[in-house]
Amino acid sequence: MRFTFRGKRISGNLVVVPENERSFVDEMKNFNFPEARSLKLKEVMGYDKRRIVKSGVCVSDLAVFGLRHLFEAGLIRPDEVDALLLVTQTPDHFMPATSSIIQGRLGLKQDMLCLDINQACAGYVIGLMQAFMLLEQESVRKVVLINADVLSRKASARDRNIYPLIGDAAAIAIVERDVEDSIIHASLKADGSRAQALTIPAGGLRLPSTPETAVLEDVGDNNLRAKDHLFMDGSTIFNFVQTEVPQLIEGLLAWAEISIGTVNYFLCHQPNRFMVQKLADKMKIPYAKMPSNVVEHFGNNGSATIPTVMAFNLRERLLHERLLVCLSGYGGGLVWAAMLLKLGKLSFNNIIEYK
Amino acid sequence: MKSLPEILKEIRPEFDFTASSDFLADGMLDSFDMMTLVAALDKTYGISIQGTDIVPENFKNVQTIEMLLRKSGAGL
Repeated sequence: MRFTFRGKRISGNLVVVPENERSFVDEMKNFNFPEARSLKLKEVMGYDKRRIVKSGVCVSDLAVFGLRHLFEAGLIRPDEVDALLLVTQTPDHFMPATSSIIQGRLGLKQDMLCLDINQACAGYVIGLMQAFMLLEQESVRKVVLINADVLSRKASARDRNIYPLIGDAAAIAIVERDVEDSIIHASLKADGSRAQALTIPAGGLRLPSTPETAVLEDVGDNNLRAKDHLFMDGSTIFNFVQTEVPQLIEGLLAWAEISIGTVNYFLCHQPNRFMVQKLADKMKIPYAKMPSNVVEHFGNNGSATIPTVMAFNLRERLLHERLLVCLSGYGGGLVWAAMLLKLGKLSFNNIIEYK
Repeated sequence: MKSLPEILKEIRPEFDFTASSDFLADGMLDSFDMMTLVAALDKTYGISIQGTDIVPENFKNVQTIEMLLRKSGAGL
């Protein structure tokens, strides 16, 4: 499914990461694997440092912390927020919407839209698409898009398939109209028939959490996981990404009549370094144009990996230049999405620590 | 250049890879070992095995891995 937008831009990018840093080497003893095998995996996948919340910290805590930082720094005024979109898979509650909780905690005006969007790693592109659509309305001048998750709280510490790669974060983008009338191209696909490849089986109404769903089970490969925990069918997800994403990106570029060589950066979701580098190889994109270093510094923080690489790798460039970038997110749903846009001359582009 | 059995032995030293015709069914390689192996093969042979080829059937035994290496451009 294809979309075009005109005259919209991201004007600021802030990423909030927990100050609590974990090290893969320190955590290796939690897994039932020989140290040498874990160290080889560290090298291939890029596992090293990651940031996760301490017990009890929720998505709204990270988001409120980040927005207060922006308000106090004068980077946006509270009364300028016409819409607050929150993309998350880990809401504070079933109800109310966490975006409403954030609005209430910050005392934002009533004349605004609050909306939670349940999307996973494609959520940055999907959130931007929603923001651009809202900006077609006269009454909406600035949209705050928050991509936040605390999935570490739903990962088994005894599951080597998941735990060493998970990071938590909240990314806050300000999205508004642009004086430049440049075209933004986006492409999106979804396949719910493969939804169970990335899931938290228990805790919803289909299978409520009980003492039984909290019991750790041996799920093979020496991993222990409960039904309350995040499950990922790693092989299915890996092959989904390698099969679908290059086609999506190449189709988007062909449609926009843009060659790979003219794109300054491909900012793709980063599940792990190996997967991103295989994508780059497949599309013959130099590694320097498709960064893959978020996981080793922050972990896979879901739909926030793209804004994290924007702030971590391209902070200065995106403050001063406008670059042609291709964003691509893919994951739970399954959903895969890509967007080609001019990005830059941001008014802020930082990473701060949640304390 | 290291041979394929030597590379496999580095990843899982506890197994004799010449004695199995199905490494995955025999529990000698798991999905993460496959990725570690691909990274080692890419480096050793100066190739990049395509992501879509990283599927269990290509890693069953020495013969299937050698077929994959040839397909990926390794000079064996």
